[in-house]
This record gives sequence, structure tokens and C-alpha cells, in this order.
Amino acid sequence: MRAHIGVWGLVLLLLALPIFYLVRDLTVGYQAGFVHGHAVIQHDLSRIGLNVVQGLANGSIWALIAIGYTLVYGIIELINFAHGDVFMIGSFVAVGLWSVFGLGLSSGTAAIIGGLVLTLIITMLVTGTLNVLIERVAYRPLRNAPKLAPLITAVGFSFILQNVGLLWRGGSPQSVNDLVGQGDTVFNISGVAIQRGYILALGAMIPLVIGLGWFIANTRLGRAMRATAQDPEAARLMGINVNQTISLTFLLGGMLAGAAGLIYALYQTNIWYFQGFKAGLIAFTAAVMGGIGNVRGAVLGGLIIGIIQSFSDNRLAGGEWTEAVVFGYLILIMVLRPRGLLGEETREAG
Amino acid sequence: MSIPGKETQQAPPPAPEEPRVAPSGFSELQAQLREWREAVDRRIPPWTSRVMPFVLVALAIVLPFAFSTDSGFIDATIKAVALAVMALGLNIVVGFAGLLDLGYVAFYAIGAYTLGWFGSDFFFKARVHVLVHGVAAAETGIHLNFILILIAAAIICAIAGTIIGLPTLRLRGDYIAIVTLAFGEIIGEVAVNGTDIHLGGGMTLTAGNLGISAVDSPYFPGVGQFNLLQLRPWYWLILGILLLVLFVNVRLRDSRLGRAWIALREDEVAAVSMGIPLVKTKLQAYAIGAAFGGMSGAFIGTYFTTVNAGQFAFGFSVLILSMVIIGGIGSIAGALVGGLLLGYINYWLLPSVLNNAPSKFGLNFQLTSVQFGIYGFLLVIVMILRPQGLIPERRRKLEMTGAVTPGLGEAELAEPTPEMNIGAIE
Repeated sequence: MRAHIGVWGLVLLLLALPIFYLVRDLTVGYQAGFVHGHAVIQHDLSRIGLNVVQGLANGSIWALIAIGYTLVYGIIELINFAHGDVFMIGSFVAVGLWSVFGLGLSSGTAAIIGGLVLTLIITMLVTGTLNVLIERVAYRPLRNAPKLAPLITAVGFSFILQNVGLLWRGGSPQSVNDLVGQGDTVFNISGVAIQRGYILALGAMIPLVIGLGWFIANTRLGRAMRATAQDPEAARLMGINVNQTISLTFLLGGMLAGAAGLIYALYQTNIWYFQGFKAGLIAFTAAVMGGIGNVRGAVLGGLIIGIIQSFSDNRLAGGEWTEAVVFGYLILIMVLRPRGLLGEETREAG
Repeated sequence: MSIPGKETQQAPPPAPEEPRVAPSGFSELQAQLREWREAVDRRIPPWTSRVMPFVLVALAIVLPFAFSTDSGFIDATIKAVALAVMALGLNIVVGFAGLLDLGYVAFYAIGAYTLGWFGSDFFFKARVHVLVHGVAAAETGIHLNFILILIAAAIICAIAGTIIGLPTLRLRGDYIAIVTLAFGEIIGEVAVNGTDIHLGGGMTLTAGNLGISAVDSPYFPGVGQFNLLQLRPWYWLILGILLLVLFVNVRLRDSRLGRAWIALREDEVAAVSMGIPLVKTKLQAYAIGAAFGGMSGAFIGTYFTTVNAGQFAFGFSVLILSMVIIGGIGSIAGALVGGLLLGYINYWLLPSVLNNAPSKFGLNFQLTSVQFGIYGFLLVIVMILRPQGLIPERRRKLEMTGAVTPGLGEAELAEPTPEMNIGAIE
């Protein structure tokens, strides 16, 4: 009974903003612009549509980061605090590679596509390796320590990476070349302008997630991951190299964070050392919302958080309050249904 | 732990820098150090542990006479002691009750804003004066006596701590960390954007990044208005707060409530089935820990003469948490030493002594800009090499070193080991 209240309460909570503005746009209407000094009031769904599409694009980035949290939590029950900062390093590496490859606003289309694919691969390898190294240095020696210990080293590593970013590119946000023209409208769906950035974000996220899902479901290594997540001890007895599997998990999470870093740099066209902290918290919220340990849940949670963020940015209170809104949602989820939308009951969140 | 063959040697207490036998491994080195320490401990007469606290307090009281009245070192000491008070507060939540709180900055913020609201002309439409003297008595706004502000900050933070604690009651471990972190960030966001929250009459909730400036400085009869050229009264004030908090900490640890916290920390299910009220005990930890943070926050507010939203960032929570962890989770002496140590590193060593060290190596940055990276590095190193901290709580030390499994360690806990003497100093 309580579980039902929890899950439906959560769904209601998540739908509250879109439904409220949907009803409002259709009844009261919204101001679409000025003609001859008079406000034009429209009663249709195109503004809601834009909010949702924007939210899905933002949410794709959060989803990719959230998968890293959820994989790691699923396998060693650790909130990998440094994960958001691995994402930030991913952005920095990607932007650095653009200048190495000589990608600029004047580059031709073929050069940009080729360069970006190469950048994506190298960035993913770098952040994946970085994540594996962090696990090796900061988490593995503490495998048998109290659960607080690796969480604290994770916070420590998060700060180390942030300061690496700070020394690398300075303390203020830097704008980077808009390589793909992310703001260009590609086509219109009944008044909703679909920009190139939205297509890029969703178009990069979906194949990566499908690939990851296939890897986890169908390969030997994926099966080893699932087995280790279920019961590390039994998995070890069945001949699975648990430490190697954990490293693999960190590699996959780091690679997706690197991809998210590249997409973020292309889509937001600015980067700074603190982006990882905020993104990490938002993505963690997404992972918890979807049900931590559950990849599908992380993607769903990421997209939902993206939509909430978009409504909060554009409709509710303005961008400066968005973080507070997202964290408010996080706390309400924790109260209503700590295991999230699709999550299993766990010891932590029972 | 001891190595056969070395036991027979009557170990004199030589300086640990010059090992007679080159140890072949890290654990042997540790065993050797332990042996020397025990030898030193045997030579200290038992009454010293009872006299020591009074000697330390007396030294602390006369410390400022060794420096000029506006000395930079005393300035750093005041800030370090204020942070140590926060570390002691956080130690109750994290150390005693085992609830990882990553949003402690919220109580710094609330304490500082209590001062900003009730000790400045920020609410300029109001005109309330309670027991204030000097400059403040003539201004508009709400002005309370500093002692009243301290009490108000403690009460308001205790209420806030309870509210923050409520949603975490059903959760454990990392989830608590995330909820408290989220609350800390929300409070920080409200502080920054508080200029948008209008209270009527042109007054807003906070002054955002501009800061509430010209807050009242404390006034005590006989001392007069505190000012920043005479640092000694400030020092004695925060020292008084520290001693009060230390006293409360020690009394709490040895009380029924303190034992209930430790029981909950060790095994929640067992503790509850023994009749410990879960909700009440946990909320009391949050409330008391928060109250100390609020008192220190109010003091820092008046000492910095401004309450600025930029101060209330996540990094501050991590700084305070580092103090507790580096000192030794759950250990009162550890929180004090860790607080003072990191406080001095933060306010004296990095900015005044070592700040330009990288440029001497030809590196183009200042150490203060990467201070949080340094704390992060310290956290990682301490957790890996010495997870029990500098001055471990004796119960946790047994757990972390794996000498005994918790629960089986009762016999060893009851033994009067040298660690017990340290416990008496705490």
C-alpha cells in the first residue's frame, strides 16, 4: 500500500510541472510576442513542446552521466562523487583535442565530422582510463573498509579533479567554438523549432545507451558485471575476476561521461571547471529517481530531470533557481520512494 | 602486532627518526613505532592526563600575550578556533551518530544570517534594540545583544537541523549524505538568490553576493566594542565558545544519549530493538550538531564584518568534514586537533607562508587557489594510509585496524590500554 502511494506520488510529482503549464497554456495562454505594441496571446502546445524537446536534449547529457553513477553504485554500492568531475575533464579533453586537430569554425563539414568522431573516441578512452585509475588508487584499497571511507576518498578526488580543471582553464567559464552550429533550426514540427543541438544530444545518447545495453545483456563481460552486481562473493566463486569486472564498470562509466563531456561542450558551447560538480549532482539525482543500479532507470531519470530543469529554467523561477528545484525534487523522492521509479528494494533505501 | 625477537629488547624511548633496526616493511615500522610509544606512555606518570587539560587551557588563555594585539597569527588562530568549533559540532553528527552530513555549510549560513538579520541595519524598516550599546544602539534595524544572537543562532540552527534530519530518518549511509548535501546546496542557493525574495517595505531575505555589511561587533561591559585592531577580546570570546562546546561534547559522549548515538551508529537494528528511540536520538544529533555550527557561524559573521552568500559553498562542508576525518572520526580530541590543524593550514600556512611557493618553482598559480584540491588530496591520503585519523576514537580504532571485530572487542575495550589514557584527555 505504502509502495503504491510512493510510486504514484512520485509520478504525480514528476508530471506536476508539465501538466500545470499544459493546462495553463491551453486556457490562459502565453505571450508569444508583440505586434504593434500589443502582446500576442496564443493558446497552443508549441511552447510546451519546445520546453519538452529542450528538456530531452539536456536530459540526454544527464542520462549519460547518470549511467556512470548507476553502474558503479550497482556493483560496489558507492556514490562515485568524482564522476561528475570526470565528465568535466571529458569536456576539457575534447575541447583540447579540437585545437590539436585544428577544428575551428572555418573547417569543412567532412573535417568537422571526422574530427569529432576521432575526438569522441579519444575522449572516451581518456576519461574511461581516468575513471579506472581513480578506482584503482582511491577505492580498491578501501574495499573492506567501512562504507564511509571510499565515499570520502571520492569527495577528495572530486576536489582534486576540480582543481586540475581550475589550473587547466582558469576559474571562469570559457566559451568554445560552436562547431556544429547547435542553435540552427533543422526543421519545424508544428511550431516547435528543432535545433541541431537537440538532434545531436539525443542522436549521440541513444546509440550509446543501446550499445551499452547490448554489451551488458549479451557479452560474457556484461554477464560478469551483472553477476558481480548481484552477489560479488558468489560471482568470485563462479570464477569471475571481480576486481577486473569492477574496473570494467568504471571504464564503461568513464567512457559515457567522456561522451557526455564532448556533447556538453558542443551543445552548451561553454565549459568551466565547476560544470562537473553541478552536473554530477543533477545526474546523481537522475540516477536515484530512476532507481539506482538500473541503467534503464538512469536514462529515464536523466530525461525527466532534463524536462524538469527546462521547465524550471524557462517557466517556473529562472535558471538561478533550477538547482534548488532539482534538489527539492531529490529530497521529495527520498521521502516518497527512495528506491526510485524502477529500482529494486535495497538495504540503503529500504 | 609485536614482532618476535624484538620483544626481549628493553626498548628505551629514542627519537622515532632514527630507527636502530631498519624495518623491512611498513607493518614492521608500525609495530616498532607502537612499541616506542608504549615505552613513552609507561614513563609518563598517570596524573599528567588529569592535569594536562588545565595546563592546555591556561596556555591557550595566555597565548595572545605572546603576539601583538593585531597580529596576523592571532587572526588566523581566531578563524582556526572558529572552524574547530564547527568540526566539534559536525563530529557529533558524523562521528558519534554516524550520519554522514555533507551539507554542514547550511548551519554556517543560517548562523551567519541570524547575525546578519538580528545584528545589523539590514531590516531597516524595523527598529528593535535589545541590550545593545555603542554604535548599534543608534541605528535602525534589529539589534540584539551578541550573546542573545548566539543563543538565537543555536536555536534556529537546531530547528533547521531537525528539519533537515527528518527526511533522512528512513535512509542510511550514502543516501543521507546526498540529502544533506542537497539541503546545503538549497540553502546556499537561497542565500545567493535571496535578493529576489521580498519581505515587503523594500527589504529582501538576504543581500546575495553583495553581502550584509557593517554587522554589529560584540559589546561586553568592561571591554567595550570589539574592533579589528584589538584581536585579543575576539580570541577570548571564541576560546570561551570552544571550551563550552568541548565541555558539552565530553559530557554528551559519556551520557546516555552519547551511548545511544554510538549504538545506533554501530548497529541500527540492534540498537532499536534494545529500546533506543530512533527518531528522537537521530534528530537530537542533527539538532545539537547544527546548534554548534550556528554559534560558530554567527561568530564568523561578526568577525568577518559581513555575511556574504559567496561564503556558503559545498567546499566549506568538505573542509569541515576533512577536519573531522583527519582528526579521527568520533574523537573529540581528534576533531579539535584536526580543526585547528586545517584551520591554520587554511588561514595561515597557505595564504601567508606558502602561497607563493609554486611561483618560486616557476609555476604560475597560487596555493590558495587550489586549497580544496589540497584538502581533497589530504582526504584521500588519510583515508588510505590512516583511516582512523590522527587521534582515533578508541572504539573506532579497533574496528578500522581490524584488531578485533566489533562486538568481540569488549574485553579489549575494558582493558586499561594506553589509548584509554588518551581517552581521558579528550
